Amino acid sequence: MRVIFAQVSDGWQWDMEYALEILPAIARGLWQTVQATIIGITIGMVLGLVLALLRRSPSRVVSWSTAAVIEFVRGTPLLVQLFFIFFVLPNFGLTLSPFVTLVVGLGLHYGTYTSESYRAGIDNVERGQWEASTALNLPSTTTWTRVILPQAIPTVIPALGNYLVAMFKDAPLGMGIAAGGVLLAAQSAASRSFQPVEPYTVMGLLFLAVSIPAALFVRYLEKRYGYQRG
Amino acid sequence: MAISEAEPIPTSDVMVRMRGINLIYGENHVLRDLDLEVAPGEKVVIIGPSGSGKTTILRVIMTLARPTSGTVEIDGRHLYHHEKSGDLVAAGEKHIREVRSDISMVFQHFNLFPHMSAIENTMLAPIKVLGLSKEEARQRGADLLKVVGLAAKIDNYPAELSGGQKQRVAIARALAMRPKVMLFDEVTSALDPELVGEVLAVLKDIAQSGTMTMMLVTHEMGFAREAADRVLMFDHGNVLEEGTPEKILHQPEHERTKAFLRAVLAH
Repeated sequence: MRVIFAQVSDGWQWDMEYALEILPAIARGLWQTVQATIIGITIGMVLGLVLALLRRSPSRVVSWSTAAVIEFVRGTPLLVQLFFIFFVLPNFGLTLSPFVTLVVGLGLHYGTYTSESYRAGIDNVERGQWEASTALNLPSTTTWTRVILPQAIPTVIPALGNYLVAMFKDAPLGMGIAAGGVLLAAQSAASRSFQPVEPYTVMGLLFLAVSIPAALFVRYLEKRYGYQRG
Repeated sequence: MAISEAEPIPTSDVMVRMRGINLIYGENHVLRDLDLEVAPGEKVVIIGPSGSGKTTILRVIMTLARPTSGTVEIDGRHLYHHEKSGDLVAAGEKHIREVRSDISMVFQHFNLFPHMSAIENTMLAPIKVLGLSKEEARQRGADLLKVVGLAAKIDNYPAELSGGQKQRVAIARALAMRPKVMLFDEVTSALDPELVGEVLAVLKDIAQSGTMTMMLVTHEMGFAREAADRVLMFDHGNVLEEGTPEKILHQPEHERTKAFLRAVLAH
């Protein structure tokens, strides 16, 4: 181990000029990754809520088939799902661009996770709130939109924030279907110059520059929404 | 004191009629062949040991618990059934909602909406169910909060109110629907002793000023004596005995009733 380390450190030096030269391309790649994450989490949050509501449907067919879809998606890896959407669906007439495939895949994958968080949030709303809604004869849409969800969603926000950070770290998997992004940008710089250290280091630093503030933001959300107003 | 400007006018001479009600949860026979009639404007207090099924009667009327068998009529209309060429058929959600608009309920644990202020709590259902405009609903809610002595608290959230204040908001919220029948399920049981009086005072006001039919499950015997027309002693899922407050509270016939009253009054 020591020998190899000595050889590497002997012949290698950080090339600042090169690092700055590739920085804009990698930053552009990162911007694509951020965009994919933002669109992906939006889809994931909406889809998760829809799945959570379908899961609670009084119709057993609806609730069970929703549960089956959720288990299926959660039980398979994201990369496999991306390949499936990108390479298999065109055979059935649905062709999506790499970027659209990535955001759909991220949204679908994380939608099944956020649905479980919504479900927990909804289950946490006291039974008395449902009973009061019945006693006031509220229509069920009003019960959901004005009584239950406004109490359930704040408790789910910290979990959604965590999924946002996790999704950001999963988004580079889009490289598997050439969906652009930060990893592809770093890799193409590295393969052009045969100098891999700078591109991947720059990429790592840029990643941290986004994910650390994002994690702090999630911590703030936890403080802000982590408890319920009595 | 005007509780509501337009008292709902009963159209039947029996406001609540329960016939042959059974409610069975697994092994537990909560209500047994219960027959019960409550006249329009009558104030009925239901007493009895815990587990006797007294709260369940209110829950059946509010449609929070479906009876296993039997029928409920509210002001002459079937609650869980509708008549189809002479036969009673299980009714759908739409029919139940329509009849249920005559009923409202106040709960032991208030069940206020915590994310809404006091006035917003009273406004939601009148807007969404009765079709009132925002201004009308605000006016009605503010009037009722004044009636329950909370004019100064209309913009406060439930977390900022004491238990007694929360329960008075809940009463105003139920009154805002102008129901024909109001159900009160142990509404003072979750309160600190010094806050019970303010809620009972509001209940007495409503009982004395309104033509509203009231059914109250309570352990407040003083309230029963002053405000009730009739007291029902409940035991094992049916009425053990009933009569005027004087009769039930002072000359009960059954040993069970005497023992229950001794236990409650000893507190």
